[in-house]
Amino acid sequence: MLKTFSIGGVHPHENKLSAHQPIITAEVPAKAVILLGQHIGAPAKPIVAKGDVVKVGTKIAEPAGFVSAAIHSSVSGKVAKIDTIVDASGYAKPAIFIDVEGDEWEETIDRSTTLVKECELSTEEIVKKIADAGIVGLGGACFPTQVKLCPPPSFKAECVIINAVECEPYLTADHQLMLEHAEEIMVGVSILMKAVKVNKAFIGIENNKPDAIELMTKVASGYAGIEVVPLKVKYPQGGEKQLIDAITKRQVASGALPISTGAVVQNVGTAFAVYEAVQKNKPLFERVITVTGKSVAKPSNFLARIGTPMKQLIDACGGLPEDTGKVIGGGPMMGKALVNIEVPTAKGSSGILIMNRKEAKRGEAQTCIRCAKCVSACPMGLEPYLLGALSENGDFETMEKERIMDCIECGSCQFTCPANRPLLDYCRLGKGKVGAMIRARQAKK
Amino acid sequence: MENKLIVSLSPHVHGGDSVQKNMYGVLIALIPAFLVSLYFFGLGALIVTATSVAACLFFEWAIGKYLLKKPTTTICDGSAIITGVLLAFNLPSNLPIWIIILGALFAIGVGKMSFGGLGCNPFNPALAGRVFLLLSFPVQMTSWPVVGQLTAYTDATTGATPLALMKQAIHAADKSAAMDALNRIPDALSLLIGQNGGCLGEVSALALLLGLVYMLWKKIITWHIPVSILATVFIFAGIMHLADPEKYVSPVLQLLSGGLMLGAVFMATDYVTSPMSKKGMLIYGVCIGLLTVVIRLFGAYPEGMSFAILIMNAFTPLINTYCKPKRFGEVAKKK
Repeated sequence: MLKTFSIGGVHPHENKLSAHQPIITAEVPAKAVILLGQHIGAPAKPIVAKGDVVKVGTKIAEPAGFVSAAIHSSVSGKVAKIDTIVDASGYAKPAIFIDVEGDEWEETIDRSTTLVKECELSTEEIVKKIADAGIVGLGGACFPTQVKLCPPPSFKAECVIINAVECEPYLTADHQLMLEHAEEIMVGVSILMKAVKVNKAFIGIENNKPDAIELMTKVASGYAGIEVVPLKVKYPQGGEKQLIDAITKRQVASGALPISTGAVVQNVGTAFAVYEAVQKNKPLFERVITVTGKSVAKPSNFLARIGTPMKQLIDACGGLPEDTGKVIGGGPMMGKALVNIEVPTAKGSSGILIMNRKEAKRGEAQTCIRCAKCVSACPMGLEPYLLGALSENGDFETMEKERIMDCIECGSCQFTCPANRPLLDYCRLGKGKVGAMIRARQAKK
Repeated sequence: MENKLIVSLSPHVHGGDSVQKNMYGVLIALIPAFLVSLYFFGLGALIVTATSVAACLFFEWAIGKYLLKKPTTTICDGSAIITGVLLAFNLPSNLPIWIIILGALFAIGVGKMSFGGLGCNPFNPALAGRVFLLLSFPVQMTSWPVVGQLTAYTDATTGATPLALMKQAIHAADKSAAMDALNRIPDALSLLIGQNGGCLGEVSALALLLGLVYMLWKKIITWHIPVSILATVFIFAGIMHLADPEKYVSPVLQLLSGGLMLGAVFMATDYVTSPMSKKGMLIYGVCIGLLTVVIRLFGAYPEGMSFAILIMNAFTPLINTYCKPKRFGEVAKKK
């Protein structure tokens, strides 16, 4: 029996159209727009000004606080302005605009492809290098990695779990990265193990990627303490709590930090970025992005500089199809619908999904028939039908008691609802209101 | 502006399940039982079912349009057809048409539409209709045609059902009378296939079980409610049988006779009126099983299934309030 998480889950069509497409290095954009808030926490503070000359890898913004991350230029050229641009969330956000001239990299970056296995650095040095490289969780949540590597002293890390699940339909970036850079990833995992002082790491890969499981298992045998764990295909297995449950059978209690189970979860892309940062002195300024969709001429996996307009990547796949209804930053279950395709890529951009008009339409919502399918689907053991009704009626106090803050917004409830009810919309509304209530209460104290 | 993009929140895909798919799935699951009833009751089964379905559809349409003034009709969602079929399945095959129409009016009008339609009704509409008829027309509702009269309708010869015989045995004046009644109960095999009197949909346990398998396979329902009901009845009736085999029949006969199978598979599993969490479903099922056996063995009526389900329908909101699903993270806290 393959392992998987214990409560709920759904099986969306996988639609991995771009699977096994080799990673293509995308063209350097003519103008790069680098957002200052590409991570959870405070947006970074710019340390360049209009007219400054930057190289590829030059630090252009400093972290502003404990939970924040440094940002580096992904191109060489001149800073044109610091202004706002509409990002994937649909809001105008501050960003550094750079006019690209040539492609000159910082000299400190090792651009060779030779594998550097040995790492003599101490734990502190590793964490510092990761922080300096501006690495954040590349699975999509974009939590600054160095923060995750320094858990509060009351917790003790017992193992590293590498999230190579890629449970979102359509996305193949992590899969292809594993096929092409297995060795580098293993070194990255070893470095992460050293950073949190554990000697055990698990790499969770869903069973729909048998080639990646085979290759990673083979490569892992050359590294001490790294074990590849094949997992049964089920969404949302890539959720941090679900993955810890699937692999260690320990469940993170409501409101507790994932580290309370002793597991430090990192995305497989993050492990690769850690390798490049620590062994090659390369800050995080490019990543693998899947561009896909049923009407897309050539679904592909790109290695793209951060700050590349999404339009450029879509054009490289044959352009925006005629029947486009929706463009999504990320996967179909948790991704964000984009307002326009000039949105620049960010550290958390794992994919661009183009849906045709027919797919993009939501079905008409009907009355709840109380079939309880959402209750069976919820991976957190909540009752989405009830939360939806409470939210609709504005009863946020009861929503808090019904543990709305446990909701991970995976969308399984809405995906499964026969009555097409916008359950996650209601849950999000409730989460926002209850979150504000909790903050107001804490502020009073 | 060209290339206008749709912007909405995630998830951007849907599993493709729909209310219609589930409702028509239940109807497909009802086909074997309907065919068996046609085979045993012939014309009567056809008239009763057709009248009931037509009347339910009509009342759903008329009430929605003229009383509730809904912009669109809800008769296409399949739920009114299910109510019609299930109501018919709970009636004797010789019931006069006007009584059936009254039952349909009560089921759809009072049982369902008065609460706002599908999804809002606290009680199973078909059962509400059946119990209304049972209390209003006790004679017509408890005279059961003997199987095999294919062309007879209201003129069909009637006879005692297995459940009535079981009741006779319990209330028998002396031992020989009890034995006599018990001996007239058909054996388990003929009950399974359906060679006995009763409501037209409940005669064949096998056909109903086929429907159950189909609904489980299509993931329309989960096993929790039917299995907990059947297991409870089997255990409770089994204990009673062991205590006094001369008075109480074997649990196998209890399981296969009357409306138990129909109720456990199609009536208690009604989405709208059953609990939402797995734990709640089990409690609901166990209670229905217990109540059914209590009514069958100690109550005034030979059959307790419909009362048991309606009573537990009333407890469903309470069960939903107190039986929460297993929350993620609660296992870890105990350790």
